[in-house]
Amino acid sequence: MSLQEFFDMGGYGVYVWSSYGIAALVLLANVLFPILERRRLMAGLARRARRERQQS
Amino acid sequence: MSTAPLSHAYLILFKRDLLLAFRKRAEIINPLLFFVLVTALFPLGIGADPALLRAVGPGIIWVAALLAALLSLETIFRSDFEDGSLEQLLLSPHPLSVLMLAKVSAHWVITGLPLLLVAPLLGLLLDLGADANATLLLTLALGTPVLSLIGTIGVALTVGLRRGGMILSLLVLPLYVPVLIFASSAVSTAGAGLSISAHLSLLIALLALALSLSPAATAAALRISLS
Amino acid sequence: MWRFFHQMGSPRYFYHLAGRLVPWLGVACLVFLLYGLYDGLVLAPTDYQQGDSYRIMFIHVPAAWMSLFIYMVMAGAGAIGLIWHMKLAEIIAVSCAPIGASFTFLALVTGSIWGKPMWGTWWVWDARLTSELILLFLYLGVMALHNAVEDKRTAARATSILAIVGVVNIPIIHYSVEWWNTLHQGPTVTKFDAPSIDIDMLIPLLVMAVAFKLFFVMVLLMRARCEVLQRERNTQWVRELVEAS
Repeated sequence: MSLQEFFDMGGYGVYVWSSYGIAALVLLANVLFPILERRRLMAGLARRARRERQQS
Repeated sequence: MSTAPLSHAYLILFKRDLLLAFRKRAEIINPLLFFVLVTALFPLGIGADPALLRAVGPGIIWVAALLAALLSLETIFRSDFEDGSLEQLLLSPHPLSVLMLAKVSAHWVITGLPLLLVAPLLGLLLDLGADANATLLLTLALGTPVLSLIGTIGVALTVGLRRGGMILSLLVLPLYVPVLIFASSAVSTAGAGLSISAHLSLLIALLALALSLSPAATAAALRISLS
Repeated sequence: MWRFFHQMGSPRYFYHLAGRLVPWLGVACLVFLLYGLYDGLVLAPTDYQQGDSYRIMFIHVPAAWMSLFIYMVMAGAGAIGLIWHMKLAEIIAVSCAPIGASFTFLALVTGSIWGKPMWGTWWVWDARLTSELILLFLYLGVMALHNAVEDKRTAARATSILAIVGVVNIPIIHYSVEWWNTLHQGPTVTKFDAPSIDIDMLIPLLVMAVAFKLFFVMVLLMRARCEVLQRERNTQWVRELVEAS
C-alpha cells in the first residue's frame, strides 16, 4: 500500500481524515484546558500571596 | 403541638395554591393564550393544506403544549420563594416530597387542565378527525401531569437564580422528549385508525414513574437550592 | 481499606496522588492510541460494503460509548457526593460534564461526517444520532446549571441531582427515540452497527475504546485537580504549594 493510497482511503479520504482531525482537536482541547486553567489559578494564587505579604 | 395528619396537610396546601391562583387569573389565562396562539401560527407558516395540517397537527399541538407547560412552570414556586413561605414549607414536620406533590398537583389543575379544555378546539383548527381529537385529550390528560412533575424538579433547581428561566428550558426540554414522542405519535396513530393501546400504556408507565420519583427529587433539589 | 477512603477524602492527598498518576495515564493512553490508530487505519481490512469510510467507526463508536459512560460516572459520583457528603465525589461529578459533552459532540460530528458518504446527507434522524443529540443537550443543561449557581458547593450538589434525574431518564429517552425511529422511517438499515463485526475490525475498536477510557480518566484527574485548587485556595497546604512554586 502506497502512502498515496493511505491518504486517499479508497476515495473517502476527506471524510475519514476530517473525522480524525476533529477528534484530535477535541482531545487536544481536553488536555490543554486543565493545563491552562491550572496555570491561571496558580498565577492568581501567587499574586494574592504577594499582595498579602506586602500588606502585612 | 400536635401535627395535622399527612392527607390533611396535602389538602390544605392544595387548596391554598388553588385559591391563590384564582385570585390572579392572568397566570391561568396567559399560558392558555400562548398555547392557542402558537398553534394558530403554524398554518400561517407552513400553509393551510388540510392534508399537511392533519399530518403535522398532532406534533404541533404537542410541541405547543410542551412550551405552554414550560412557560407556566416558573410560577409554581416564584411567589412562595419571594414571600418566604417556601422556606416555611422546608421546616414543616411533614415529608417535603408529599408537600411538593400537593404543589405540583395544584399547579397542574391551574395550568394543565385548561390546556385540555381548549385542545379539542385546536384539533378542529388543524383538521384532526374525531378519533384523533379524542386521543389528543387522553394523551394530554396523561402527559401534562408528567410535564409538570418533571418540570418542577427543574424549577426547584433554579429557584433562586437570576436568569433561571433560560436555564430551566435547557434543563427540562430534553427530559420532555419521551412524552412528546409517545403522545404525538398516539394522536397520529389514532388518526390513521390504528390501535393506540401500546402508546397509552407507555404514557401511563411514564406517569407512574414520574409520580413516584419526581416529588422526592424535587424535595431534594429544593433543599439544596435554598440551603 | 478504610484508610484509603479516608485519605481519598482529603483533597490534599488526592491532589498529590492525581498529580503523580496523570503522566502514567498519559503514557498508557498514548500507547493504546497509537496502536489503535495504526491497527485501525493501516492493518484493518477494507469493508466490502462501505469501503474505507467505515474507519470513522474507530472514533465514532468509542466516543459514543464514552458519552454514555461519562454520564453514568457523573451521576454515580453525584449520588455518592449527595449521600455521604464526600467533597471529592462532588468535584469528580462536576469535572465530568465538560469532558462528557466534548465526547458527545465528537460522536455527533463524526456520525454526521460518516453519514454523508453513506446516506448522502449530513444529517439523518437516525436513532443513535438523535439520542446523542439529546444527550448533548442534557450535558449542556448540567453545565449551564453549574455555571449559573454562584456558590461552588451548592452548584455541585444541584448538578448532582440533575445528573441523577438525567440518568434515570436516559434509558427512557433512548428507547423512546428508537421506537420513534422505527415508527417514522420503517426498518431502515442502520449503518452504524453491523450485525457481526470482523475480528480484525473489532480489535482496533476495542483498543481505541480503552485508549479513550484512559484519556478520560487522565483529563478527569487534571480537571479535578484544578477544582480542588480553587476550592481549597484558602487552606494552608495550597498556600505552601503556591510558595513552593
